[in-house]
Amino acid sequence: MTKYVLVADLRRCVGCQTCTAACKNSNATAPGVQWRKVLDIETGEFPDVRRTFLPVGCMHCDDPPCMTVCPSTATQKRADGIVIIDYDLCIGCAYCAVACPYQARFKVSDRLSAYGAAGEMAHEAARFDPAMIGVAQKCTFCSDRIDEGVAAGLVPGKDWQATPACVNSCISGALQFGDIEDKESLVSQLLAANQSSGMHEDLGTGPNIRYIWDGAP
Amino acid sequence: MTDQTPEIKGVSPWLQTNWDIRAAGNFIGGGTGTGFLVAAVFLGFLSPRLAAFVGLTFVGLGLFSVWLEIGRPWRSINLFFHPQTSWMTREGLVALPLFALGGLAVLFNSQAALIGAALVGLVYLYCQARILMAAKGIPAWRHPALLPVMMATGLTEGAGLAVVLAQGQGAFLLILLIALRFDLWRRYNRRLAQDGAPAGTLRALALRQKQILIAGHIAPVVLLVLASLLGAPFLATLGGVLATVAGWGIKVLLITKAAYNQGFALPRVPVRGQGSPGAPVKPGWA
Repeated sequence: MTKYVLVADLRRCVGCQTCTAACKNSNATAPGVQWRKVLDIETGEFPDVRRTFLPVGCMHCDDPPCMTVCPSTATQKRADGIVIIDYDLCIGCAYCAVACPYQARFKVSDRLSAYGAAGEMAHEAARFDPAMIGVAQKCTFCSDRIDEGVAAGLVPGKDWQATPACVNSCISGALQFGDIEDKESLVSQLLAANQSSGMHEDLGTGPNIRYIWDGAP
Repeated sequence: MTDQTPEIKGVSPWLQTNWDIRAAGNFIGGGTGTGFLVAAVFLGFLSPRLAAFVGLTFVGLGLFSVWLEIGRPWRSINLFFHPQTSWMTREGLVALPLFALGGLAVLFNSQAALIGAALVGLVYLYCQARILMAAKGIPAWRHPALLPVMMATGLTEGAGLAVVLAQGQGAFLLILLIALRFDLWRRYNRRLAQDGAPAGTLRALALRQKQILIAGHIAPVVLLVLASLLGAPFLATLGGVLATVAGWGIKVLLITKAAYNQGFALPRVPVRGQGSPGAPVKPGWA
């Protein structure tokens, strides 16, 4: 079985938001909608002050609460672990959005442009999808790229054509993607060699973005 | 995992905006309508026809209210596709026999149908409470102590409305329900604070505690007692109105003011270059 995970090495992330921009470019998300973003967290007290950059987005949970509550079965989990939304089934009740403890879901009610009344840019007009208005949307792990890549015999996480845009764009190598069931994959090796955690694990969702915070103990 | 990290915008929990007053309207209509059906059966002061009509009107208005909120309203039939796990689907499915039995009570002025509608109404009310509990992203909703609050306030709102329509009769039942609701509401607030919740949620709840206590519980009980002692039904009517409106206020507060999301947390502060990892960070929680 394949199970895709995203690994974020917090020791490496510099908070450049290139992944955020790559995601917006790749998925043509509306203004204010960020399927991938990096949080800037300052902690501690002088002189022991630390700054951490935390990439967040849909965690493609093992037990996704968004899927449990969805009344229309629009939210589904694929065999490879990716949580997807059928935009033609979704009724836009936003129940999934309040069920997600990672604030990863968005609902866009109107056709929006980055420059507002000034009009749409050419790429906005070209890539507008009416099916995504009034329904839930979120990170797909670039499932279309993965599907096309796998069909062409490529390996997600290894071959860039089959890898999510955010991972491809990461300048520091902080973001990695791959099959955690494949012991030879880079993500498996990274997780085996370092200490990592998921976010809000106490909620029992089984998040599949893993955060590396230190080397082996 | 709580800590003293100051609130950080975009990281600490913030007020959800996905469900607004229209969603609150569904919980208000559903709670008051089904609570009214139960109270009408229990008190027996109203004709089955009138009781079913009023109860179903409230439930229907609630459903219409939430229908106005969904992004694709003309696809709402898809709501029925996931009874295996979704409490929203279950609520929709339970609404069908509720309206069928209530409709029979209206058409034939049937007490048996009204009793059936009231029993199904209790299930509907339970589904609504479970809808909130399943929303894992909102700590104030997912807390198990909210379920009895939602049940009790629905019944209280309905009983309050019944006292209004029955011109003061049924005051004793309403007083009991008001006391029960207040006790459960107090427990919910206490347990939420004990178990940990977003600071914004606790602030929003604390801000309205006095109004809820005085206007929503003490005042209606005093009015209902005075109405019984003085034989003044209009005081009981006023008490019924206050008890009902207080329940609506609690729901508006829960859905639109206290519904802070989970926010983000750092499982561990990472090592950067040298040193050791820092403790987990969860800003904005109390």
